[in-house]
Amino acid sequence: MYAFEIDRPATLADAITALGAEEAQALGGGQTLIPALKQRLAAPARLVALSGVAEIKGIRTGADGALCIGGGTTHAEVAAGAGAYPALAALAARIGDPAVRNRGTIGGSLANNDPSACYPAAVLASGATVVTTNREIAADDFFEGMFTTTLEDGEIITEVRFPVPEKANYQKFEQPASRFALVGVFVAKYADGVRVAVTGASEDGVFRWSEAEAALSKDFAPGALEGLSLSGEGMISDLHGSGDYRAHLVAVMTRRAVAAAG
Amino acid sequence: MPKDGGIGAATPRREDVRFLTGTGNYTDDINLRGQAYVYFLRSDVAHGRLNKVDTSAAEAMPGVLRVFTGEDFVEVGGIPCGWQVTDRFGQPMQEPRHPVLAHGKVRHVGDPIAAVVAETREQARDAAEAIELDIEELPAVVDMKAALVEGAPKVHDDLTSNLCYDWGFVEENKAAVDEAFQKAAHVTTLELVNNRLIANPMEPRVAVGDYNRATGDSTLYTTSQNPHVIRLLMGAFVLGIPEHKLRVVAPDVGGGFGSKIYHYAEEAFCTFAARALNRPVKWTSSRSEAFMSDAHGRDHVTKIELALDAENNFTALRTETYANMGAYLSTFAPSIPTWLHGTLMAGNYKTPLIYVNVKAVFTNTVPVDAYRGAGRPEATYQLERVIDKAARELGVDPIALRRQNFITEFPYATPVAVEYDTGDYHATMDKLEEIADLKGFAARRKESEAKGKLRGLGVNCYIEACGIAPSNLVGQLGARAGLYESATVRVNATGGITVMTGSHSHGQGHETSFAQVVADMIGIGADQVEIVHGDTANTPMGMGTYGSRSLAVGGSAMVRATEKIISKAKKIAAHLMEAAEGDIELKDGKFSVAGTDKSVAWGDVTLAAYVPHNYPLADLEPGLEETAFYDPSNFTYPSGAYACEVEVDPETGRVTIERFAAADDFGNIVNPMIVSGQVHGGIGQGIGQALLEGCAYDENGQLLTGSFMDYAMPRASDVPFFTVDHSCATPCTHNPLGVKGCGEAGAIGSPPAVVNAVVDALRSAGKDITHIDMPLTPARVWAAMQG
Repeated sequence: MYAFEIDRPATLADAITALGAEEAQALGGGQTLIPALKQRLAAPARLVALSGVAEIKGIRTGADGALCIGGGTTHAEVAAGAGAYPALAALAARIGDPAVRNRGTIGGSLANNDPSACYPAAVLASGATVVTTNREIAADDFFEGMFTTTLEDGEIITEVRFPVPEKANYQKFEQPASRFALVGVFVAKYADGVRVAVTGASEDGVFRWSEAEAALSKDFAPGALEGLSLSGEGMISDLHGSGDYRAHLVAVMTRRAVAAAG
Repeated sequence: MPKDGGIGAATPRREDVRFLTGTGNYTDDINLRGQAYVYFLRSDVAHGRLNKVDTSAAEAMPGVLRVFTGEDFVEVGGIPCGWQVTDRFGQPMQEPRHPVLAHGKVRHVGDPIAAVVAETREQARDAAEAIELDIEELPAVVDMKAALVEGAPKVHDDLTSNLCYDWGFVEENKAAVDEAFQKAAHVTTLELVNNRLIANPMEPRVAVGDYNRATGDSTLYTTSQNPHVIRLLMGAFVLGIPEHKLRVVAPDVGGGFGSKIYHYAEEAFCTFAARALNRPVKWTSSRSEAFMSDAHGRDHVTKIELALDAENNFTALRTETYANMGAYLSTFAPSIPTWLHGTLMAGNYKTPLIYVNVKAVFTNTVPVDAYRGAGRPEATYQLERVIDKAARELGVDPIALRRQNFITEFPYATPVAVEYDTGDYHATMDKLEEIADLKGFAARRKESEAKGKLRGLGVNCYIEACGIAPSNLVGQLGARAGLYESATVRVNATGGITVMTGSHSHGQGHETSFAQVVADMIGIGADQVEIVHGDTANTPMGMGTYGSRSLAVGGSAMVRATEKIISKAKKIAAHLMEAAEGDIELKDGKFSVAGTDKSVAWGDVTLAAYVPHNYPLADLEPGLEETAFYDPSNFTYPSGAYACEVEVDPETGRVTIERFAAADDFGNIVNPMIVSGQVHGGIGQGIGQALLEGCAYDENGQLLTGSFMDYAMPRASDVPFFTVDHSCATPCTHNPLGVKGCGEAGAIGSPPAVVNAVVDALRSAGKDITHIDMPLTPARVWAAMQG
């Protein structure tokens, strides 16, 4: 780890000011950034820890019935407190291990947009809204590829608003070593249609499987997916599975998610 | 029933109190006054010429005491190899120099180039980044067969090729074996890979070097399984320090699994630098460094052929193996694919003719050496896989085929130079069939199929040679060390006993089980016996712990020393009771005169030994302390039968272990709870090898599995509850305890059971699959199912 300065603001206003400093970087739960610092793979001059900002923590129900989760809310808090959206609570309960879940935050995970992270699938499949210090961003506009989002420098995720679906389920097939998603599929059924988001598989990060969405919107049953498949082209291919294998798993996990959603 | 704390009692492990409460004393807990820290700058290329290592900027960085490079070690010996193998043609193996710090060339990712010693760890690391390197990258050799092609890049320019040796065993049998294959009614052939593993003990390696300028004494604190071996290798061959001026301490060690047997460059460096700087120097490996500097294990590529006659009797076995040595020869590396592998190829079977060929190859990868089982898992895996395949080809039951070919008479001299003293392979197989409930398998398969899963059953046997080893024999085979063990039993004045053993406990529970043995022999409580190990300053010269040898060899030394104690104590007791020595009996810690009611307590005798007022001083020295060295006359041969049941998800290829049963013959058992724990751990590692673990390099020699993000270790949820049994005991005939050793069995016996089970599961779905290489990851199993 290289030496760095650290700010610990207690309010969002102070956090925004602190992030205005040169080479300042936000620190959420630190589950990605701290290991990178220890490996000397990142060398920010100044960290701004968001863990003391109470305004961006907690879970509430919005006026429109959406489940609103503060950007600084930990995975463990979501697992315990998102009962209104059981599939989301279950997803949070299976991220990493207890240490990760008690430090890692939803805002940190989304800002990092790891191509194998679980939350991006939930946000995209739910058509959630990412609220930041500057604006409100629709999920379809938020993710821009592996480790890339539409967030600008100094912009902090304050809240994520999830419309609660009629039915939903997340199926994660774990990479054997890291237990990140080798392929994760989140299926959410709303009154106006079904959304299917896939994490872990594509070289472009989380994506929606539109063919499956169309089929499931007509008939929300595993059988509706029969004959649908994705190409291995453009899928991640590594030690843990080829692109073809990942493409195959997307179909399997989607079918299972639909079956489990009931 | 055994008496509490005696031989056979499931006494809880006394060492767990400190391990589980954070009060252990590991090497990283040792911090000496004035201690400096070293950071090793390691190569990030697999093969390259070191044109320049400019340390001037680094030397000027804050806190830096000195920067060392390969130039500083030119006059110092290289890291030695402890075993010389002679090849098929009677020539010694090619043995390259292994410098403490790379000189001239770097030969694997992780090869240390420079060492920065500074006041703090961070300062050392900062300065290492200021070292200017000019490395001319050379083409790397990673694949063993490619490394042997004419004109392949050479790992060591001064060797004739990348071939370390081409070993044939038994070379004189080769023609007869070939002839038997020509006459065979059936030949089964299998090509397989025994995957490269990284041991990953919970505690990474640590070394603290210290030097006392006033006395000229050097001390090394290190994470070792055998401190005396390190003292000898480092003192005599690397740094030129005589043993009486060098102390090596291996305090609490958090797991070794073989990877902490060897003498490593970092140990020599810390000892050397402490003297050069007159400061203690400490190195603590990061986990990332461990992946690229701890010796790896396994990494064999094998073709095995089994010949059978028309009645399905095994008539001959022939193997050709390529064994990866990595870039340098680690301490015992050459012996693993040869004497610890070839000699086990008979397994549990009376195959009359066997020929084993092994080509050991240098590549631009981390050195490979023993890992739990060491050669024996490789032998067992190929043999038990090929037998399973033969059974399928012949349409016979794999268990029946094994039983038909079992060795049934003992002692049995194999055609590969070892003599099994005892065993009863039908008994362990009978026991396995019972505890694994093999009769219920068909019903369980139906239940799995109803859930859409494929269920498979894999059964296999294993034999191992452990309790290594007769020194004169291993000397003939090329060992540059003896393999005896030692113990000093020091009886204190008030009767308590301190045992100094040359064995080393790093998870095996010796402090509990060794105490049980001595306590049992004398008839006192085990709490009266303390086991001391791990410090060359207070234990007799010992060879340490590996190869499941501690109780069989170290325990035997302790028994011999205790027998001497009892013999002398009886003389003292005879004097105290004015009786003839031959009439003295020792029972339950009390000496009595046969046929009388006269007795003296253990404590009375020990006190008399040290306060010799009423004592036969003319005939007997005072004191009660004895040392024994025990050199075994043979290996010991634990054996067993294992069964694994798996479920395979046909849609994803994911394998789950549903049931696992092990019936082992370890001879006599001192502490059955510790034995079960050893078997559990071994099976866990075997399942890890079979399903999860696989060290991978890319074609340029970059380590692809350099962290736990990509190298999959088994977790608790990856293993089932195990059913283990060690009641089928045929005691070892040649050591005083009748014990065989249990530390490696689980890791040896389990991989073939898992793979046999997965192949069985896939075939139950009509897939014509005969083999999948380990680790059987979901992706590999799925790919195999796609044909």
